[in-house]
Parts: sequence; structure tokens; C-alpha cells
Amino acid sequence: MKSCLISARIFALIFVVSLCFAQNQPETEKPARDTSHDYSELTKAPEKARVRANPFQNDPDAVVAGQFLFENHCAECHGDSGVGGKKGPSLRATEVQDATPGTLFWLLTSGVARKGMPVWSKLPEAQRWQLVRYLKSLGPKKDINTEKP
Amino acid sequence: MPRLSRLFATALFLVFCSHLLPRAVRAQENPYIVTYDQFLEEPRNLEIEYFSTYGTQRGGNDFHAFWLEFEYGATAWWTTEFYLDAQTTFHDSTVSTGFRWENRFRPLKREHFINPVLYVEYEHVNGADKILKEIEGHDVESDFLTPNAEARREINNELELKLILGSNFKGWNISENFLFVKNLAGEPWEFGYAVGASRPLALKASAKRCNFCPQNFVAGVEMYGGLGDTSSFGLNETSQYLAPVLVWNMPSGWTLRASPTFGLNGNSHQFMIRWGIAKEISGFGDMVKKVFRDRS
Repeated sequence: MKSCLISARIFALIFVVSLCFAQNQPETEKPARDTSHDYSELTKAPEKARVRANPFQNDPDAVVAGQFLFENHCAECHGDSGVGGKKGPSLRATEVQDATPGTLFWLLTSGVARKGMPVWSKLPEAQRWQLVRYLKSLGPKKDINTEKP
Repeated sequence: MPRLSRLFATALFLVFCSHLLPRAVRAQENPYIVTYDQFLEEPRNLEIEYFSTYGTQRGGNDFHAFWLEFEYGATAWWTTEFYLDAQTTFHDSTVSTGFRWENRFRPLKREHFINPVLYVEYEHVNGADKILKEIEGHDVESDFLTPNAEARREINNELELKLILGSNFKGWNISENFLFVKNLAGEPWEFGYAVGASRPLALKASAKRCNFCPQNFVAGVEMYGGLGDTSSFGLNETSQYLAPVLVWNMPSGWTLRASPTFGLNGNSHQFMIRWGIAKEISGFGDMVKKVFRDRS
């Protein structure tokens, strides 16, 4: 029992030290080019959710507040300005920018667990609407993951 | 080096290492210490948590129990977690009390009014375990009177199942846990529960970057206790606790929790103070991949 616990601790320490060193190495890889992003979940929003209006649509602070929320919770997967990352698709794609605010709110709330998108209902409803307001403010931009080399 | 110091050193070292990691993700945690909500760790993120419980003990020595948690989001629907537990009983000794491995699964694809999560845990703990991470069966205060040297000779291998139900309603999180524990040595099933309610101090995010904005604080209350076992189900000879809880989710990725806890009957510890500190590390899984890829 004692040796088991000590081994577990040593293993944990080695693991974290390895990660620290690994992280300090310069990143030389380019993001993986993945052209298979699937936006079909957006089409699954129920009509009732799709037509909901954003209560923060006319709130001038909502974009800035939404940006801070995005940086804290979303940028890790979707890239710093929503252009897409290793894990998440671009949020500036036409499919997202053309979606209604209600659809984006529904997707944030429900997540797409089987495809790696967590449920974000842990954020209060007001914050999810602020996020949607920010996403819609980004406007379309060509997805870096689909650009030709 | 005493075990307590070693464990503290480990915790501090992990905290130090977390500073070297690049992107801090601001966790958005509920404040519960015992109750689980329906939310899982984000995929491939690792949360390192240190928790501490100071408890009063009638007829014996007060204690300080502490544990480390490594919580990893394996997928968006599966979170796995490893615990190392220890405790100091004042005027007695400091002992390691075992380890736990838990897994939580979210079976439903979409968000519903009530969201179930299934929880499975294996525990290998000894009789000196005092972390009170869950209360089950007929766990009572007097169980903690046994001296550490004697208590740690009792080894328990337990299977713990929980049904976690969580709802969000008008900014409130309401969570209910139903606990079923089986000692694999053939003892009867034991039962317990935990319920919690919490709400951020502000629902709308501020348009300023700030540490002390009210939306970074979530306050609530949780209640938990035993419900007997298969031969005597109910509240008789069980301990029950009520605890206000508060969490501070800092933009830097740190999370601080605190909870003064009050025993509700004569079988419960009269008072405990519980607190925890956590740091979420973004993209841990990707970093691990990179380590092994670079070596190959």
C-alpha cells in the first residue's frame, strides 16, 4: 500500500515535470489542416430555439463582455479570434455567421458532446447570449484551416 | 520528511509547474465540495485540485484531512479523476489514507431540464480516512475516535456509484446526488445523498477585465449525509451536514473554494472548515501526446 502510494506520487511528479519541459519547447508545428469540419449540428436546432432573439442585441457592452468570455472559455479550441484551431472549427465560417442568434445559443447550451464540444450551460444564460453577440460581431472570414497552402 | 510535508511539497510543486504552462483557462466551477453537478471537465483539460478539511472531534483529537485530485476530461462526455488522500490527527500522527479513481459519464447528448450523470468510483482506503468527501451508511463522528495506528490496519476496497442529477434554472444550479456504496469484502450496500444549490453573484459578465467582478463568485449551500444501509435504511444513526459554500473563479485560471460546515445532529462533527484551491491546465492531453510523439 505504502509503496503503491509513493509510486503514484512519483509518477504524477514525473508526468508534470515532463509536461513543463515539453511546453517550454518552441512550437514548430503548423495547425493540422482539417477540411472536414461539420456544421450540421446547427441545422438540428429546434424551431423554438432558432427563433429566439438575443436580449443583448442592442447592448453596446455585450460584444466586449462576450469577447472576454470567448477568450476565457472558447479560444482554446476555436482560436484566438474564432478562426478555428486544432480542436474546434472556425466560428467565422458562413454556416456560423448565417445562423440565427437563437441557433448559436442553443448549440452553446446543448454542446455536441459526441464531437468534443462541451455543454456550456454552466455559464449563466446572460453570459451565453453575450457570447453569441460577440460571435455574430466577428463576421465571416476565410477559415485558416481550409486555406490552400 | 513527514508525510504531511511531502504531500504539501507535492502540491506546491504542481502549483509551481502550472505557472509554466502557457494558457490558463478560466474555470467556471460551482462551489460545492461534496455535491457533484452535471458538468464535466472540458475535453483534454486537466484540473489539479488540493482540498483541506479541518474537523472538530468530540471525545478525541481534532483532525486535518487533505487530498489531491487530478481531474481529466477524457472526452466531452467522460471525465476521469484520481485522488490521493491523507490526514493528520492532532496529538496522534499523519498518515496516508489511500487513493480513489472515479469516472463520470454524461449519457444524454443534449441539455435537458434535468441532466443525469453516472458516477463510478473505486476506493482503496484505510480505516483512518477522514476526508469526508462523501457521507454514507451509518458513518458517525465516533468512528473517528480510533487511533491512526489501529485504524489504518483496516483496509477497505469499495465500489461507489452515484446518480447525479443537475438542473439550471434562472441562474441557479440545483444538483442532487444519490449515493450507493458497496464494500467489496461483502458488507451490505450503504446509501447516502448530497444536494446543493448555487448561483453566481451576477449573471451578466462585466465588460471589464476584473478579478473581483461579482460574476466570478458563486455562492450556495449544500447538504449531505448518510441514509443507512440495506438492513436499516433511513436517517437513524447517521450523520448530516449543512454547509454554505463559496467559490471564486479567477480569470487567471485559479479557483478558490471555502465552506464552513455544520453538523446537524449528535452523530455529526459539530463544525468543519473546508477549503480548496484548483488550477485548470488547458490542453493537457495534447501536451502528453506531444511528449510521446517527440520521443518516438
